[in-house]
Amino acid sequence: MPIRIWDIPREEYFVSGHRLCPGCGAGIIMRHLAKALGGKGIIAHATGCVEVSTTYYPETSWRIPWIHVAFENAAAVASGIEAAYKVLKRKGIVDPNKDVKIVAVAGDGGTFDIGFQALSGMLERGHDVLYLVYDNEAYMNTGIQRSGSTPFGAWTTTTPVGDVWRYGEWRPKTRKDLLFIAMAHNIPYYATVNPAYITDLYEKISKALTIKGPKLIHAFSPCPPGWRINDDDTIRVSRLAVQTGVWINLEYENGVVRVTTPVPRRRPVEEYLKIQGRFRHLDKEAIEKIQAMVDEYVAKINKLVGKEVIGPVER
Amino acid sequence: MKKPGVKDLYIGAVIINPPTSLTNKTGSWRVIRPVIDQDRCIRCRICWAYCPDAAILELDQPYEAGGKKYSITYVVNYDYCKGCGICAAECPVKAIKMIPEVEKL
Amino acid sequence: MSMNKVLEKKLLEPLSGNHAVAYAVRDCDVDVISAYPITPQTTIVEKLAEFVASGELDAEFLHVESEHSALSAAIGAAASGARAFTATSSQGLALMYEVLFIASGMRIPMVMALVTRALSAPINIWNDHSDLMASQDTGWIQLVSTNNQEAYDFIIIGYKLSEREDVMLPVMVALDGYIQSHTIEPVQLEDPEIVRKFVPKKKRPVTLDPEKPVSFGTLGDPDWYYEFKIQQVEALERAYQAYKEVSSEFSQYFGRSYEPFQILYGEDSDAILVVLGAHTGTFLKAVEMARREGMKIGLGVIRMLRPFPPEVSKYLSQYSFIGVADKAINFGSASGSYLTNDIATSLYLEGASSRITTYIYGIGGRPVKIEDALYVVRHLWRISKRLEEVPKKPVFVGVRY
Repeated sequence: MPIRIWDIPREEYFVSGHRLCPGCGAGIIMRHLAKALGGKGIIAHATGCVEVSTTYYPETSWRIPWIHVAFENAAAVASGIEAAYKVLKRKGIVDPNKDVKIVAVAGDGGTFDIGFQALSGMLERGHDVLYLVYDNEAYMNTGIQRSGSTPFGAWTTTTPVGDVWRYGEWRPKTRKDLLFIAMAHNIPYYATVNPAYITDLYEKISKALTIKGPKLIHAFSPCPPGWRINDDDTIRVSRLAVQTGVWINLEYENGVVRVTTPVPRRRPVEEYLKIQGRFRHLDKEAIEKIQAMVDEYVAKINKLVGKEVIGPVER
Repeated sequence: MKKPGVKDLYIGAVIINPPTSLTNKTGSWRVIRPVIDQDRCIRCRICWAYCPDAAILELDQPYEAGGKKYSITYVVNYDYCKGCGICAAECPVKAIKMIPEVEKL
Repeated sequence: MSMNKVLEKKLLEPLSGNHAVAYAVRDCDVDVISAYPITPQTTIVEKLAEFVASGELDAEFLHVESEHSALSAAIGAAASGARAFTATSSQGLALMYEVLFIASGMRIPMVMALVTRALSAPINIWNDHSDLMASQDTGWIQLVSTNNQEAYDFIIIGYKLSEREDVMLPVMVALDGYIQSHTIEPVQLEDPEIVRKFVPKKKRPVTLDPEKPVSFGTLGDPDWYYEFKIQQVEALERAYQAYKEVSSEFSQYFGRSYEPFQILYGEDSDAILVVLGAHTGTFLKAVEMARREGMKIGLGVIRMLRPFPPEVSKYLSQYSFIGVADKAINFGSASGSYLTNDIATSLYLEGASSRITTYIYGIGGRPVKIEDALYVVRHLWRISKRLEEVPKKPVFVGVRY
């Protein structure tokens, strides 16, 4: 049964005073992750926007035990914490009934690229850890460089626009798909979440925390400076992503894929692209190409689900 | 005031008394500020939910508006509000207005 | 706590260095083992896996997917309050490189066994000290064993030292690949009950615990970073004294102790040859043979590489001529040898005028025969008698030009 906005607890475990940009999508995600954990979580966090902005010595925004080691090893550190608690409980050094939820958090850079190995290892070994990736689609912390998750056609500082690189020449068709990577690792739970659908986001995180084994949640995280949108466009662009089919809110559990935010009539992808400065250079040909890619992916997901949960584009 | 040194700090740059970011009043970043019209506000919780900085506080303060009795009130915590404007953009009844921090000269 | 008298019935086991390390890890009741296989460390983790599989050791064994993740997971486990262990060699240590600094910078107590092996390229699985030397600047405490008994003992001493509140630094215990790791020697294993009394597990005040949240691994900008580094400097200095206390207590429990720097045949020697690692035995034999020929050379054995023991320069400054036998090349450095750089600097700072000759040997596992060791000892003696000039460059023993 879907939760209501009133089911989200009031208490803040990720507090004000951090240095994330105004309007940062990741800020919203972290706030709700921390709420879902309540007083029971431990976070292993990779280097990135959230890490540097929220634990700038001596300031920390986390009311939860938190550790940062390096860029690529959030999953490995979380594995170590999970193993430690498992054995300490078994040896009676820690109360076996103590509820400790272990979470690894990383950006898209620390997950798709440099952190991929550690993520894969953690999923394969089957640790009881929730891995949350906040995907702002580039290496934002170091100044908007392209990552393995940067979408086709997006401007970044390492994929600038010019005569040779008009758009997309630097990448083949589509970026890595964590859904299929999750399936390839046979994990019990994978979900995509989007801050514009905040109750769905909160619910999925809470649900994942009750499941035993490795879980992966992929969060859509708009970045005003990196995407060249206004500070107040964060939720608007997140909503458009879902309404155009660019981002599909889904759940993969026990081998079954379920779309949790069906979109009976899709908006044309142009509406999503045109409010973002990072897509400003795209011409009609490029936009058609992107629309075709979205159509293809939507069809793929519809096929996987078994019915048309994401509908056709309505102009 | 001299900052703590080698002898005072807990080792390893571990922060042992969170959350200490509350000392960083990010409200100083703003150029525009949100103002909530309490009479228009329908207490839907959306602005509170979407604020990346937890700068909208949900207080147990009763309020009567539009013929309805509410048990809670939302107020902006101007110490931390960075003025991003998401609250104003998302409010379903347009009860939040963004006004300049400083009047035009 | 009762002090243990040396056991009436000695339990001498024929063990390879790697197995001795594994037994020590078992006896210390380590909680989390996270390691990635690499020759010649593999038999440590294989033995540990056997202990875990049979229930002899109750620990979580993480089959991590790389050495970088091995150390990262060990840090996560240690930060959660568990006793963590990892082991590696050469390329594995090199892969962990960034995390080594982080472990010491974050003041994480743990022990790593380093089975020394040459660094690529060319790829080489045999023993030399290039990996040990390449990591001496990482802020870890480094203890170097000369035989398998010491390998066993240093793991136990390592945990006690590492977990001390006035130290809180990770400890690396080195043993030579193949020469120790795969060579069987008699090792006295101690009663695990007694070992656990010697290294009891104490609840640390600052760990990852939902009941008392903390933030580890924060960003330290120019206003703060410096102070934390000085804390590390001071901790390493304290580690020297702490080692002596731990060593003394170890001696009371188990009847063995190891000085950070040990001089043999020092009283009537014309020169001292400084060595570390398994070839101490070879050089000791050569020194004894040379003495019978009338060449009075002494041996200085370094067992604590980091922090560099202050007594090294104090002892050595009495001698006009010193030889340093190093099993690693420090490319492009002032003397070509890591060990010589440390010794020469400490002597210079002492105001001593001793002349140092560097002997580099055994690179890439080149066998060190007694003839090679005798060559070194005799050469050093000839220098001390001014029959030879002190060479300006290192003497590369055993290389084919």
